[in-house]
Amino acid sequence: MSQYILRRLMIAIPSLLGISLVLFVVLALAPGDPFGELATNPNVPPEVQAALRAKFGLDDPIYLRYLHWLAAMAQGDWGFSFVSRMDVDTLILQRLPTTLYVIGSAQLLALLIAIPVGVYAATRPYSIFDQIANTFAFIGFSLPTFFTGILFILIFSVKLDWLPFVYSTDIKATGIAWALEMVRQAIMPVMVLGLFQAASMTRFVRSAMLDVIRLDYVTTARAKGLGQAKVIVKHVMRNAMIPVVTLIALQMPAVFGGAIVTEQIFRIPGIGSLLISSILANDTPVVMAVTFVFACLVVLFNLIADVLYGWLDPRISFR
Amino acid sequence: MFDKDLRTMIDDVKDGRMNRRAFVQRMIAVGLTAPMANQILSIGGVAMAQSPNPYKPTKRGGGGPLKLLWWQGPTLLNPHFATGTKDQDGSRLFYEPLASWDADGHLNPILAAEIPSIQNGGLSKDAKTVVWKLKPGVKWHDGKPLTADDLVFNWEYAIDPATAAVSGGTYADMTVEKVDDLTIRITFKQPTPFWANAFVGAYGCIIPKHLFAEYKGSKSREAPNNLKPVGTGPYKFVEFKPGDLVRGEINPDYHMANRPYFDTLEMKGGGDAVSAARAVIQTGEYDFAWNIQVEDEVLLRLEKGGKGKTLYAVGGDIEFIALNFTDPNVEVDGERSSMKTKHPILSDARVRKALALLVDRESIKKVIYGRAGRTTANYLNGPEEFVSKNTKWEFSIEKASALLDEAGWKVGGDGVREKDGKKLKLLYQTSINGPRQKTQAIVKQACQKAGIDVELKSVVASVFFSSDVANPDTYSKFYADIEMFQIPMTQPDPALHMRRYHSREVATKENKWQGRNFPRWVNKDFDAAVDAADTETDPLKRADLYVKSNDLMWQDTVVIPVMHRAAVEACSNSLRPALSGWANQTDNLQDWYRES
Amino acid sequence: MAGLTLASPSAEPRRGYSPWRETWRRYRRHRPAVVSAVLLLLLILAVVLGPFVWRVSISDMDVVAGLQGPSLAHPFGTDDLGQDILARMIYGGRISLAVGLAAMLVSVFVGTLIGALAGMSRGPLGYALMWLTDLFLSLPQLPLLLMLIYLFRDGLKAVFGPEGGIFILIVLVIGGLRWMPVARLVRAQFLSLREKEFVEAARALGASPTRQVVRHILPNALGPVIIAGTIDVAAAIIAESTLSFLGLGFPPDTPTWGRILYDAKDFLDIGPHWALFPGGAIFIAVVAINFIGDGLRDALDARKVI
Repeated sequence: MSQYILRRLMIAIPSLLGISLVLFVVLALAPGDPFGELATNPNVPPEVQAALRAKFGLDDPIYLRYLHWLAAMAQGDWGFSFVSRMDVDTLILQRLPTTLYVIGSAQLLALLIAIPVGVYAATRPYSIFDQIANTFAFIGFSLPTFFTGILFILIFSVKLDWLPFVYSTDIKATGIAWALEMVRQAIMPVMVLGLFQAASMTRFVRSAMLDVIRLDYVTTARAKGLGQAKVIVKHVMRNAMIPVVTLIALQMPAVFGGAIVTEQIFRIPGIGSLLISSILANDTPVVMAVTFVFACLVVLFNLIADVLYGWLDPRISFR
Repeated sequence: MFDKDLRTMIDDVKDGRMNRRAFVQRMIAVGLTAPMANQILSIGGVAMAQSPNPYKPTKRGGGGPLKLLWWQGPTLLNPHFATGTKDQDGSRLFYEPLASWDADGHLNPILAAEIPSIQNGGLSKDAKTVVWKLKPGVKWHDGKPLTADDLVFNWEYAIDPATAAVSGGTYADMTVEKVDDLTIRITFKQPTPFWANAFVGAYGCIIPKHLFAEYKGSKSREAPNNLKPVGTGPYKFVEFKPGDLVRGEINPDYHMANRPYFDTLEMKGGGDAVSAARAVIQTGEYDFAWNIQVEDEVLLRLEKGGKGKTLYAVGGDIEFIALNFTDPNVEVDGERSSMKTKHPILSDARVRKALALLVDRESIKKVIYGRAGRTTANYLNGPEEFVSKNTKWEFSIEKASALLDEAGWKVGGDGVREKDGKKLKLLYQTSINGPRQKTQAIVKQACQKAGIDVELKSVVASVFFSSDVANPDTYSKFYADIEMFQIPMTQPDPALHMRRYHSREVATKENKWQGRNFPRWVNKDFDAAVDAADTETDPLKRADLYVKSNDLMWQDTVVIPVMHRAAVEACSNSLRPALSGWANQTDNLQDWYRES
Repeated sequence: MAGLTLASPSAEPRRGYSPWRETWRRYRRHRPAVVSAVLLLLLILAVVLGPFVWRVSISDMDVVAGLQGPSLAHPFGTDDLGQDILARMIYGGRISLAVGLAAMLVSVFVGTLIGALAGMSRGPLGYALMWLTDLFLSLPQLPLLLMLIYLFRDGLKAVFGPEGGIFILIVLVIGGLRWMPVARLVRAQFLSLREKEFVEAARALGASPTRQVVRHILPNALGPVIIAGTIDVAAAIIAESTLSFLGLGFPPDTPTWGRILYDAKDFLDIGPHWALFPGGAIFIAVVAINFIGDGLRDALDARKVI
């Protein structure tokens, strides 16, 4: 197994290089201008906008820009933001804790809802509980987060006045009061995002469980007189975990990447909002850095998922 | 009557034979407004009245926190690098210019001891030199004194191409020299009737020489103080997270008496305009939110909650539809919308006039802009002395249809007009922005009724306003028949605003589409008027020239003004901000206070 | 209903066994699935035939009658420009349902194909396909979309006409950016299933890899595929609305369900009816498609007893 992991890690390097090249080309070909805001400002002559583009190397050929990026990256230099005129790694690190806290909690919430609800619903298909769970799941993923976010704000901030809807990274309190406030302001975004994720995940868990629950060996285990709970946990869940692990592996990189819409609505200074504003401003170094880290995580979690498959189902062999 | 009498009167005021107040009153008697009268005096070389904003607090500090919400947070805090208004606003919390514009478009001295005028010897008669005197005793936040050297340094810093400063254009074509420790002299290459650009307003903010001197030119990006501003402003820097948060605290050594009022300051970024309005007007979480471009209906509804209100600052920002005078569908020498072509439909003045008749400005105002807009026929909408009274607009599908009939466009079987087998079909592009898409829909509907088939197209703003040469969707390439966006007026003077349509400014492949005359309209009379106005030192003649150039644009239907837009801000009921349509929102921050 | 279930067992054996008939019989027993199929059919009929019954223009404005609640003249009320929401819903439903279903089919097809190939391959092909999946997962969608518009919009317009071209582009873009989870799920199922006894048995009996996949592995891997597919319908309807904001979708004045919902969001407390109808329509379509998916899965799974 360790040899397999090592080999996969070796393959990961050229494959990440390939991904970085494609990312760079896409970003370079996408139209736009980090200095677009200057265009209608009568105080800034167009020559200034053009000179800035030249100064930041935006008019160089793509391969040259990519090589520059790669050379700097190899030396640990993440680049320099056109828009903020500061180092990209500082910019990202500033936003990492908030992203991990909010998005991480949301993913956790999604898992905590989806797995028990999905499992329980699958053991009693078409029961009242299953029907209710399904209906909520359908509502959950047919309503986009831009909509539920505003709905939550209207209910919990405007009508009831219970929760703040502007996320603050600068809470003027210490100790318990600080922690409480941190929790209070994260409730709405975590709910909006967590419930949206939980909705689809519940459906996947339920379906995966249903697939396994009817298999012969489960019936055998039941026939042997094992208790329902034991059957579910020991025999069904382990086998049903393969699609669930796949899904979690797909979701995990998002903990770093952030959630663009939710962050925007609640003004959470996470990586998602940095990414979207950088994309809209064509701040290539920032976009490149964020997406490249994201790509590394995608590849890493794919590998972790593969290793877990082998553990969940020892018959899966990797060569 | 006007011309001769007025000139005599201005001279009277200059020589002290008539006082300011009497002059303003006489002007009001003949139908002018007070600010306009003041403006006439000021361009006539009479020192502007110091018109500080009303300010009641009698001691410094004690006002608690001031919480500002900018739905796009500042991404950098060096005024010379400020790409957008958000960055200018963020920098302006800590840095200050010599003077800022107040609500009436008057100069309000900040770091200057007084506003230069011919009377006080600050301005020369030939409009080629300006002498600014600094307020004595002003200190940077680190305790060092502000001197003339700092000002000269800012000029050198901005014009050095290696610095890559955005403010380069503001300081071009002039030299700045130190006269003594508290005096500088600006010498222009050309007579410059509008002299108050350098060291004034957003790009006029002054950074300290002692912290930036080492970082002029190509090392500019390395300056540690790019992220930790040390200025002269009412608030001192505490913390900065790009795009998210700027924090400041009271400057106990501020150079104006009893100011500032607030103890701490927070500018939070991110989100969208509607929820920003909610946070101020509906829940009161924040005191002030910037640039609330939201349908008026929504704002009116929010205001019923009673925790806050909207404020409007009128400047000269104009939302308009521009018409393409060249053919966007024919490529000549690798260039579409080339000057060698003529637009097959819009080159006929009657079609252009018909289009102008099809823009229902009243409806657009009613459902979209509401209190934030004024309908207008003019491209140039301020300051008042430059606004033409000779123009008018109307909305009439019948008259438009008649004009189109007259131009030979006959209604075809499918309701779309045609001429010589060609359909009357126009491509209408704009940037992606809620109000603009709604305006597009309203205009399209009227056009349909008149038999014009309009195809709508919208482009992401960062692409639309890009200067990327390879990008076909920019406003300056104008590969469409008509296009709509807003051009702001950043100072109460039309020179830069009008120069855009000069024939030498036409955007072409040759100048990499950097020219600003994107309708590609060429008119000799307009060129002559704008050229003359650029160096005309007589204020009345100069105003006439700009009125004339506006009227030429109107006669030729170069653009169809849609809305004269005011800046909209949301403000809590107790806050008393000092705002101006001619300045950025934080430009008079020192005068903000709260009334309980 | 009672008569039907009684009559069928006696009638069917005489006609002989057919897997399709068997599936249909099982499907019919899944009551929510049958109701959903009827509901979806009605929804499709409504948007296809609606314009012939409800003859109000989608673009006629009446700014005085903006934001009115449901009434006889406007059963679904009006939006802020005074346009009839019912007419816009009918018009938009065609696009939304077509885009949702077509994009779902693209993503499910591409995802299943790539996942199956990667799951069966034990060589470099598997790695290459997983690399491709990882690449697509890491691509930032917004710049990619902007690039696609820039590169292909005019070309597609020229070949397929303005509307057809945009439709193809949208379906390909949404489908093409959403197949990766399906591929990963299918691959994971395949990795496990291909080692199971019944597949080994088929292999021992000399079944070709294609037959192994189509007859034995794929039917057992369909569960997550169907779920992913139904979720994709909802996601595609909503994604379409965001595309319009990038200038990639249909022209800005074309109403679609996602677009109407987006426009309505700022007026949620002033005119809730505006958001209610598109939100409800998306919900009904999603529920119907989900139950149909559930019914299909149960019907295809021979072990399932209901």
